[in-house]
Amino acid sequence: MKRLVGLAALTAALMCGTAQAQQITVKIGVMSDMSSLYADIGGPGSTAAAKLAIADFTKANPNVKVELLSADHQNKADVGSSVVNQWFDVEKVDVVVDVPNSGVALAVSEIARVKNKAFIVSGAAASDLTGGKCNANTVHWTYDTWMLANGTAKALVKTGGDTWFFLTADYAFGHALERDSGAAVEASGGKVINKVRHPLNTNDFSSFLLQAQASKAKIIGLANAGGDTINSIKQGAEFGIVRGGQKFAGLLVFASDVNALGLNTAQGLTLTESWYWDLNDANRAWTKRWQAERAAAGKFPTMVQAGVYAGVTHYLKAVVAAKGASDGKAVIAEMKKMPTDDPLFGKGAVRADGRKVHDAYLLEVKKPAESKYPGDFYHLRATIPAAEAFRPLKDGNCPLASG
Amino acid sequence: MADIALPSVEAKSSRSEVIAFVLMVGFFIVAPAFIYPVFLMKALCFALFACAFNLLIGYGGLLSFGHALYFGWASYLTAHSAKVWGFPPELAILTGAATAALFGLVAGSLAIRRQGIYFAMITLALAQMMFFFALQAKFTGGEDGIQAVPRGYLFGLVNLNDQTNMYITTLVIFLAGFLLIYRIINSPFGEVLKAIRENEARAISLGYKTERYKLMAFVLSATLAGVAGGTKAIVLQIASLTDVNWPMSGEVVLMALVGGLGTVFGPVVGAFVIIAMQNYLAQVGQWVTVIQGVVFVVCVLLFRRGIIGELANLLRIRL
Repeated sequence: MKRLVGLAALTAALMCGTAQAQQITVKIGVMSDMSSLYADIGGPGSTAAAKLAIADFTKANPNVKVELLSADHQNKADVGSSVVNQWFDVEKVDVVVDVPNSGVALAVSEIARVKNKAFIVSGAAASDLTGGKCNANTVHWTYDTWMLANGTAKALVKTGGDTWFFLTADYAFGHALERDSGAAVEASGGKVINKVRHPLNTNDFSSFLLQAQASKAKIIGLANAGGDTINSIKQGAEFGIVRGGQKFAGLLVFASDVNALGLNTAQGLTLTESWYWDLNDANRAWTKRWQAERAAAGKFPTMVQAGVYAGVTHYLKAVVAAKGASDGKAVIAEMKKMPTDDPLFGKGAVRADGRKVHDAYLLEVKKPAESKYPGDFYHLRATIPAAEAFRPLKDGNCPLASG
Repeated sequence: MADIALPSVEAKSSRSEVIAFVLMVGFFIVAPAFIYPVFLMKALCFALFACAFNLLIGYGGLLSFGHALYFGWASYLTAHSAKVWGFPPELAILTGAATAALFGLVAGSLAIRRQGIYFAMITLALAQMMFFFALQAKFTGGEDGIQAVPRGYLFGLVNLNDQTNMYITTLVIFLAGFLLIYRIINSPFGEVLKAIRENEARAISLGYKTERYKLMAFVLSATLAGVAGGTKAIVLQIASLTDVNWPMSGEVVLMALVGGLGTVFGPVVGAFVIIAMQNYLAQVGQWVTVIQGVVFVVCVLLFRRGIIGELANLLRIRL
């Protein structure tokens, strides 16, 4: 009898063992700019977002063990590439997340392809990542230059901003932004009156801004990024461009930039984002948790950080479906197969070229008097449906899309 | 250049240098067993870059603030010729080095007409000019750089995609460059350079055409910097704007300073210290820049002659 009980106990124990799902371990590396110009867009806030995603996922799936590493690529492609090489080879990292700075992101994407690991981009803007330089190991989550340029231009022309003047940073990235949004303006029936090119990282925008003012264009499109955008908006405020009835359209501006500029300077600026913290209750609740994790009550998460959360969540689901993280291509294929569903971006899908598609929002920065509480940055001017927000699959020249 | 502390001990024997060289080679042979090879290869490329730079400032007394020009453009040309023109790696690196030599000849012949701060500013201005060209030019890929540079087969035989083969190749290139620099320093040409560094007027009065010597040193330094840049493009398989931008010119000055100006081994140590900081401190996130700053302050306060310079002074040997 005793023996029988023992045997029964043993069987029960064994059955418990098989009932419990297979143990899976995943190692995630968040690589971002932790200390320089993109640190508020991604940076430590992205690491915090990844931590939240891991906490939520492992609570529901206790059989998945997730480790998190983070690193600062210092905006150097070679630092980024040697750290990622080391992560993949020595630390056995399965997936790299975020990576603002397109130069670094393109390098990481290539390494992920060669070593068959996974790469989830949130911070980088280059639409090439899912275009000519796409690969089966990369998913681009939050936004890209095509979406920003096209979304802002089309939506603005529709709401009456039909004459444009471009203020363009004089290098490949600025030219591409100007070309894409200019094409979108003309396709929607608007007109590009003129454009002026300024050198990269310049401090004096006065002559360019005066030309923009004199052009009487309704919209001044800022085809630049980072410090150049901030400076042109600041100096534009001094020239009273917005008070004079013209509008700035930021083609690469983030919530953290608006926060840094202050509403007084940034008011009237129109931009596109794919996520805004104050859009619904789910976003607001997540923002509270993010602020606690980040230990920064005065900061508000950007779409890039929200994209890290959603991307990591979907990745972990795919890992479970693929029964392990070791084969990067298989996990990414699983990510494309499963529809996405998370509290921040809602339901969506990852396309064959690695592009995640979701709605985008045309937002206008509020006047200081209209802002009721800290972080109350925007009026929602238009919602761009997912199907129109991103570059059509066939236009990207991605080999994965055709085959 | 009296304000830069150079090692005062000029021992006749160079036995210490031979021992140090053997130790260094020994270290590089066993190192891949416990240090990540890609990191080592990258550090070796920067070590060669710093040695090339040191040839100019440590022995010729010329502070170039535009060495990123040769390093970066060589890496672009190497990457482009390997990727687009399909050159094998050895030819690609030579293409890079030849580009650097050409730029060195042009920039050098302009810059050596002036001295001190003017010299530094001219080299910086020319480098920045070419930086903006790299930013705009189509083939460099602007901000994105050139990615996925193929490593290819060395002499059509050795597969460089194999980590060990790549490491050995990089090590051989570094050692060849290092020995060449050592040979240059200790040749009659090197002696004249040192004479010019100490007192150019006297060297002229002795009948030396100092301009020619300075130009020669400049071109040699640029070419070797080009070899380093080209090798780096093959090792890391990217060429990016970071390599041509002015902070890179500053970084190589720091490498030479931290290691020890005018010492043979100093730049190697300096390069390893700086690259290790960039690489391993990347994991500590936003503190990288702060820690780097503290390390530099400590170096400036405690090792005025650089790590190796200080060591050589302490042991009264030549390194």
